[in-house]
Amino acid sequence: MDFALGRLGSRERLAGRGAAVRVDRVAKSYGAVRAVQQVSIGVAAGEFVSLLGPSGSGKTTLLMMIAGFETPDAGTLHIGDRDVTQAEPNERNLGMVFQRYALFPHLTVADNIAFPLKMRKLARADIAHKVEAALARVRLAGYGERKPDQLSGGQQQRVALARATVFDPPVILMDEPLGALDKKLREQMQIEIKQLQRELGATVVYVTHDQQEALTMSDRVAVMNHGRIEQLSAPQVLYDRPLSMFVADFVGDTNLLRGTVRTVEGDVATLELATGEKVQGRVASTTPPKPTGDASEVDSAVSMRELRTGDIASLCIRPERLGPAIEGQSRIFARFADAIYVGPDLTLVGSIGDGQPLRLRIGSRDQAWRPGVDGGLVVGWRTEDAIVFPGEPERT
Amino acid sequence: MSNAASPIRGALRPGASWMLIAPLLLLLAFAFFWPIVNLLSRSLFVPEFSLQNYQRLFNEPLYWRIFGRTFWISACCCLLSLMLGYPVAYAMARLKGWRLAFVAACVLIPLWTSVLVRSYAWVFLLQRNGVVNAMLNDLGLIGAPLRLLYTEGAVLAAMTHVLLPFMILPIFATLRGIPPELERAARNLGAGRAQAFMRVTLPLSLPGVSTGVLFVFILALGFYITPAMVGGPQTLMIGTLIAQQVTDLLDWEFAGAVSAVLMVLTMGAVITFQRALSVERLAGNAD
Repeated sequence: MDFALGRLGSRERLAGRGAAVRVDRVAKSYGAVRAVQQVSIGVAAGEFVSLLGPSGSGKTTLLMMIAGFETPDAGTLHIGDRDVTQAEPNERNLGMVFQRYALFPHLTVADNIAFPLKMRKLARADIAHKVEAALARVRLAGYGERKPDQLSGGQQQRVALARATVFDPPVILMDEPLGALDKKLREQMQIEIKQLQRELGATVVYVTHDQQEALTMSDRVAVMNHGRIEQLSAPQVLYDRPLSMFVADFVGDTNLLRGTVRTVEGDVATLELATGEKVQGRVASTTPPKPTGDASEVDSAVSMRELRTGDIASLCIRPERLGPAIEGQSRIFARFADAIYVGPDLTLVGSIGDGQPLRLRIGSRDQAWRPGVDGGLVVGWRTEDAIVFPGEPERT
Repeated sequence: MSNAASPIRGALRPGASWMLIAPLLLLLAFAFFWPIVNLLSRSLFVPEFSLQNYQRLFNEPLYWRIFGRTFWISACCCLLSLMLGYPVAYAMARLKGWRLAFVAACVLIPLWTSVLVRSYAWVFLLQRNGVVNAMLNDLGLIGAPLRLLYTEGAVLAAMTHVLLPFMILPIFATLRGIPPELERAARNLGAGRAQAFMRVTLPLSLPGVSTGVLFVFILALGFYITPAMVGGPQTLMIGTLIAQQVTDLLDWEFAGAVSAVLMVLTMGAVITFQRALSVERLAGNAD
């Protein structure tokens, strides 16, 4: 996992250019469907926060409410010090990038970018100057007189970015802006967006269903499910210390092994699998670890039952955390049938004694530890690398 | 017929295409092109080649008035149906489900109803002891019945009513095709509701508007039934004139001349309109 993009430079944000965004107990229903349920988030000025989740999780509805296209049924929204809950979309001074670019087809690229400046009644010379600068910033200098339908997808997206940032908004909203681009282009645009954000110092709220994107670009990620935020943490915390099974499974790859709780001592739980093997892991906590540095709001709507002996529980262990069995640590026997090669890594796909699936990830160069001819291999892990959640394994 | 393979799999060979179109072409040739050519040639060649029909047309001020009136009423009808039709199309474009079906029915069912029936309905409404006069009388607003029927106003009202769907439907189709995100983007960028409409939605709906205007104008120019039934001798229009010449006066030759001039003027109007539109599009982009 490459977290570098989000971490580097996060302390170098230009102070004061962005505005903080405060979502306070916001809810929205459409008839019987509760799209967003009591969500609260605080985004610090200049921070890059992603709303991550599957379709229907409420992330787009939440973004639409921040933008002003939907009105919350309950709760308030603040941008900086202003209460914008009831404000019209054109009064909020936000930059917004849409999934399908939403460029005005009847206007040239330059006129598209000039649009927000014209709305703000800037002088002509001023507008021309800013449009040129914006075009240069997204490396499209000279493209001003073209029409949107003469540009490629990537170029259109850059024009959309230029249009959304030319008036120096304190907050930029992005609704899955890179969804329509191919992989290489997407990765390139991710870097460009981060650079732009750092240059402008703006706060960004970014909606995506691509967890890789969210982890790479964000300072913090809000994982949403069924209209609630399951966890709001920095990418590393999200990956290493998920607060719920949903987060553990949605963010990154994970194994979920079903077993019965035999003992709970302190924060270590011992499970017995159907194969009879006994394994151990940390008990999932309901409170997130203290964030480092800036104060931030966290809303975890997940309330978990206590783990009790005799309960069914799921042990979550990431494929790359499995290794050769260590003395005194958990170990199980697995048989691997398939291998997925992706260059640097090799993912072995197999199952354990009772038929439950298991995935193991090892470096493709690492020849020393491999399954035997029959595919069998004993794998183990350190207790602190595994988390035990109450309940049956639930895959997203 | 050549046996050259079709360039695209599944496409018809040219010969086959012609065979499919042939019946329609034959029908059109027989029932449409031939009668028109016949009529036009009669205006020039019966009893022998002369331009007397056309001379009569251009020399009588009466006919100038008729042409002028027809163009004027058609233009007003166009404008009126645009003003009434655009809001309906706009509202329709934003509706979904049963509401959309309901409004669509309100627009389409009159379209499918016979023009004769709709024109009669206007007669019924506007005549001396018709619905409107009766209502005004009952409300005590008038003493004696008003003369509503057989006036230019009646013709304009009835024509607009009949032609309204031809304005609404193209505009609706175009508005429907505009992605809703565009209006959202405009609002987000600082435009108020009116500004977003003027700067984004309206310009993008112009193709539909021009189609609607063209439809209504052309239909109105040649309209016969409605002006004939709802209008009087003071509101004689080209269509009614031609019908008069043919059915009452049996002067086919003159009718042919009037038709020919109407055709030329209509085509001229269409061409001018198209030119004006392309120029406007070029000019609009320099904004």
